[in-house]
Amino acid sequence: MAHAEGHEQGSNIKRIWTVFGILSVVTIVEVYLGILRPDFLYMNNFISMNLLNWVFIILTLYKAYKITWVFMHMEGETASLRWSVVATVIFLVLYLLFILLVEADYIFEVFKNGTIKWNF
Amino acid sequence: MGATVTTGNNTENTWGGGNEPMGASYGKLMMWFFIISDALTFSGFLAAYGFSRFKFIDNWPIADEVFTHFPFMHGVEAPMYYVALMTFILIFSSVTMVLAVDAGHHMKQKKVAFYMLLTILGGLIFVGSQAWEWKNFIKGEYGAVETKGGSIIQFVNNKGERVKLEDFAIDLPGQREALTRDKGKWFMKDEETLTTYSVAEVQAGFAAHPELLVRTEKIYRDTPEDKANKKLQPGLNHNKKREVLTRAESEIMVANAAIVVEGANLKHNEYGSKLFADFFFFITGFHGFHVFSGVIINFIIFLNVVLGTYEKRRTYEMVEKVGLYWHFVDLVWVFVFTFFYLV
Repeated sequence: MAHAEGHEQGSNIKRIWTVFGILSVVTIVEVYLGILRPDFLYMNNFISMNLLNWVFIILTLYKAYKITWVFMHMEGETASLRWSVVATVIFLVLYLLFILLVEADYIFEVFKNGTIKWNF
Repeated sequence: MGATVTTGNNTENTWGGGNEPMGASYGKLMMWFFIISDALTFSGFLAAYGFSRFKFIDNWPIADEVFTHFPFMHGVEAPMYYVALMTFILIFSSVTMVLAVDAGHHMKQKKVAFYMLLTILGGLIFVGSQAWEWKNFIKGEYGAVETKGGSIIQFVNNKGERVKLEDFAIDLPGQREALTRDKGKWFMKDEETLTTYSVAEVQAGFAAHPELLVRTEKIYRDTPEDKANKKLQPGLNHNKKREVLTRAESEIMVANAAIVVEGANLKHNEYGSKLFADFFFFITGFHGFHVFSGVIINFIIFLNVVLGTYEKRRTYEMVEKVGLYWHFVDLVWVFVFTFFYLV
């Protein structure tokens, strides 16, 4: 951030508080939806996950983006640093999730359709 | 000190070490390396949690039913509010951290120290809140019974409301006795902690209360086969809530009872799947450990700020580096919050 020094010194603090406001509002919306669990979101599915969970995950990623870009000052770093950090993590996490969740769903089907009884 | 501080304004040429890759100082770049590896560690944990959850998607505990406490509001069902507060505290401590970094850029020593102190306080409050959350989870609320098959059954009345074990279990004589000195042996093994009620006491209480029904771990899905299931109590089953059995089926389940479970630990969990408790303890514990180390590192940097170390260096870059770590801890919590409490 030493490189960013010198420009927009005055407006930085204002920006921090704005982002804090955004993060708080997003959290409040999440909690509100988590308590209400509106049926039109909770009971409808999109790609085998209900819409409410999609909303939660998208809001979470938005919060993560704000924290990384503004608080960790990713926006002020060079593009090469920015993407070597972010792209690496995103790629590896997506890969890991794909493998594990597909596999887990398969095991669930085996348990469900097999002869194994657990609820006794 | 010249060896540890790189300000990037030396006049050496690129091959002489004057270049900073990606325009970031050595220390900051190394902090990013650490954060990537730590992020992948947490992703591994959360993905493993996702694996277990998808594997047992039909009998995973519903977070709203597990975390319902709020300080000083005893007996009030308040799902989510407390974690929301914790999240808020952590985000706020992130804000004070970034304000400290900002004050550092302007070389305002007093302001940096003040904001660092607020950040440390926020971290301590968060760790304390987590301890309280753990305490409630370990202690449990309603109590449940584990069957011979290892599944958890909970008790509801005919309106579908949860019933505590203490509200119906009958005290039977001779079920448990106090250990007296004359029965003590020097080679005695530590016995497992006894639950408040024995299995026989819960069974007797269940038999004496005909209005009680059993709620299983399984989640009711409103599918045609679920609707046609004769074992389920009519009128009490709602989509995506736990199944409630008829009285006849409940009696069969209660007859299968193996142990009484109160609260949660690494082996048993009154809220349902044991893996839920294991992952909860492990992931929030690992995150809490990060917060705790963050508080200690913050405190060391705070001392250095107060002592004027960074004034002498003419740079507050150390505050920035510890700030990166602190924001990362906040970032992880955002995900833990979503996947443990919301989704």
